[in-house]
Amino acid sequence: MERQTISNSAPVHSEVEDLGYAGLVSLNDDGGLEISVLVSGVHCAGCINKIESSLKRLDNIKNVRLNFSTSRLSIVWEGDLALVNDYVSIIENLGYGIKPYDPDTARLELDTQERFLLLCLGVAGFAMGNLMLLSVGLWTTSAEIMGTATRDFMHWISAVIALPTIMFSGRPFFRSALKAISSGHTNMDVPISIALILAGGMSVLETINHGEHVYFDSAVMLMFFLLIGRYLDFRARKNARSTATDLLGAISGFANVIDGKKISRVLIRDLQEGMIVRVAMGEKITVDGVVMDGKSEVDTSLVTGETMPREVLAGDDVFAGTINLSAPITVKVSKAADDSLLADIVRLMEKAGQGQAKYVRLADRAAKLYTPIVHIFAVAAFIGWFFVGGLDWQAALLISITVLIITCPCALGLAVPVVQVLASGRLMRSGVLIKSGDALERLASIDVVLLDKTGTLTLGTPIICGDYEADSLRKGASLAAHSMHPLSKALVKSYIESHNETLLDVSNVNEVAGQGVEGVIDGSNARLGSRAWCGDEDFPQSDKLELWLNIEGQAPVSFHFIDALRVDAFDTVNAFKADGVEPIMLSGDRMEVAKSISKECGIEIFYAEKTPTQKFEILEGIKAKGSKVLMVGDGLNDAPVLAGADVSIAPGSAIDMAQNAADIVFMGDKLAPIHEVYKVAKLTQRLVKQNFAIAIIYNMVAVPLALSGLVTPLIAAIAMSGSSLIVIANSFRLRIK
Amino acid sequence: MNVLIYLIPIALLLGLLGLVAFIWSIKSGQYDDLDGAAHRILIEEDDDESDTDQ
Repeated sequence: MERQTISNSAPVHSEVEDLGYAGLVSLNDDGGLEISVLVSGVHCAGCINKIESSLKRLDNIKNVRLNFSTSRLSIVWEGDLALVNDYVSIIENLGYGIKPYDPDTARLELDTQERFLLLCLGVAGFAMGNLMLLSVGLWTTSAEIMGTATRDFMHWISAVIALPTIMFSGRPFFRSALKAISSGHTNMDVPISIALILAGGMSVLETINHGEHVYFDSAVMLMFFLLIGRYLDFRARKNARSTATDLLGAISGFANVIDGKKISRVLIRDLQEGMIVRVAMGEKITVDGVVMDGKSEVDTSLVTGETMPREVLAGDDVFAGTINLSAPITVKVSKAADDSLLADIVRLMEKAGQGQAKYVRLADRAAKLYTPIVHIFAVAAFIGWFFVGGLDWQAALLISITVLIITCPCALGLAVPVVQVLASGRLMRSGVLIKSGDALERLASIDVVLLDKTGTLTLGTPIICGDYEADSLRKGASLAAHSMHPLSKALVKSYIESHNETLLDVSNVNEVAGQGVEGVIDGSNARLGSRAWCGDEDFPQSDKLELWLNIEGQAPVSFHFIDALRVDAFDTVNAFKADGVEPIMLSGDRMEVAKSISKECGIEIFYAEKTPTQKFEILEGIKAKGSKVLMVGDGLNDAPVLAGADVSIAPGSAIDMAQNAADIVFMGDKLAPIHEVYKVAKLTQRLVKQNFAIAIIYNMVAVPLALSGLVTPLIAAIAMSGSSLIVIANSFRLRIK
Repeated sequence: MNVLIYLIPIALLLGLLGLVAFIWSIKSGQYDDLDGAAHRILIEEDDDESDTDQ
């Protein structure tokens, strides 16, 4: 596919804005035009139908397909390039959000890998079915009845099916085993690969020598079950990863380029050196560049790993992937977007991967213990029977191979992925999205839950109450428009809804994290923020939320807000208590407010008036005592704690940054999903452990049999499929409970 | 037992047909959107022909 080059040479900005989505259109193989966009808000069959049929009835449209799993809409049409903007606005008018989406190579690579695994699985399944047809005949009829010639014939047919299958479908295991060995390690795939190759080779020898037992069916069956586990595991990881990359992809769509007085939206891909970009507060800086104007703090944690924000002034360098925290800035692009953005995505993905690497998953810990034991048993079997038992080397090797086959962990390979797929499916239906693969595993072991107040225990959308002077309301709203804080948003919202006048210009805007915003209105300095920062300390405290407006030379004015609790906050907190998890509330808000909210929720320990840094210190303190911490939060100020906690949950209403940092995201106005996830995580962990126990018990029975040389291909087949079925059946109990 | 000479190739051929169909279904992207497929059966769909009628 070749991209049409539209805005390559020195773009005129007004024209770029008119083009909008046209820059993302590509030419497909049949000569039609094609675009992929991300659609948000799709959640049922009706949505699919509405979107697809609204476009399908248009003349030029060739094909419309909405992928429900990935929310990707692909449109193919003929004719004018600019039609794409009409299509986008048609869907936006239906009430769905649209974001540009650029299929990066990492994603395409994942799709290819998934298809490859599925293909291997299908081929192994086909081969297994046919081998079993032959094997049943071999198992039920003795050589005296069917004759050696017939038996050899059936063995040869089996070989013809099994050997190419092992070579084809075994590749995922062989590749991973080779990779591990060449880097001097060993993993689960090493004994699997050895078992597959030896079983295939040995069975061919047996067939040539007119032997009785061949293990073609066992080898292929082993491969089939392991591939099921592999495929499920891959899908779970891929889903987790695509949620994260969708968030990233969505943010990295357009940049606001300043050209003289005008601001135009330009695709980040088309940004060029020397362009001037405006970055709003809380927005991700998408290019590497130099700050031209403004003073702000930049969160570099995703790039450098430092949790402390860095202060930037005009002339300082900023990097792609960092987040502008306190005030709007303008940035001059110093590197062409192609280099920095793609590098950015790769960096972020790697960073996310490294963060998770610190936690060793239960399955990996099991594999680490398991692999050497399997090898030792197999070698011991050979040595024992060859040197001590007095068998010839072929017979001894055959026993050694049966040990490898029978200990190879079909059940172990299925134990975790099956439960996880069922768990995330169940949670998905109740509106909970698991972003990282091992989040549930980490969640199951928590004993402290840290809850943010605003936006987590409460709905996070405060409503202004009381009557205020129009002038101070207008000035307050003008300042508030520069802040992402919920109270500021409520102030702006209530002002816009009730007044027709436009907001005032504010210059030298500066947001002080955890305190408020300051700036100059009509020539006088003004501050909007907490009581401690710009309010009247002697004013009587009320239990309502307040925001103080302090204009130089005037008495401070306070605005009052009420923030309603989520209806089930009390029940949820109590449910955690009943499970022995200690709830603690963290708030940047005033003591009075925090106290009344925590009392309403039944939380005994709470911290009030805490800055983001102090919140993080509290977390460190709790972790130092050896507790495992779940953090639930939604705001800018919670992001460090979300990233630093053992496991973290953010509501769907949280800012992008918090959703990026959290492991789990839940939707809706209720808090109950948090406890639901915890319950499911506990159950998941219990089932996984039971599955491991089943696998171990199976091995305790099977290994002595294999070592004593009593295992025939029939017993191996029954034992393997039996243990796998028990594990799957046990996992399905997750659905019932 | 001579009947095996015919039966086994027939069995293999049928299995192979199934495998070819499976490979075709993967290549044509039928496994790319499993959740969507579950929802799509609920859509009362106009055929492509009736689309052009409108």
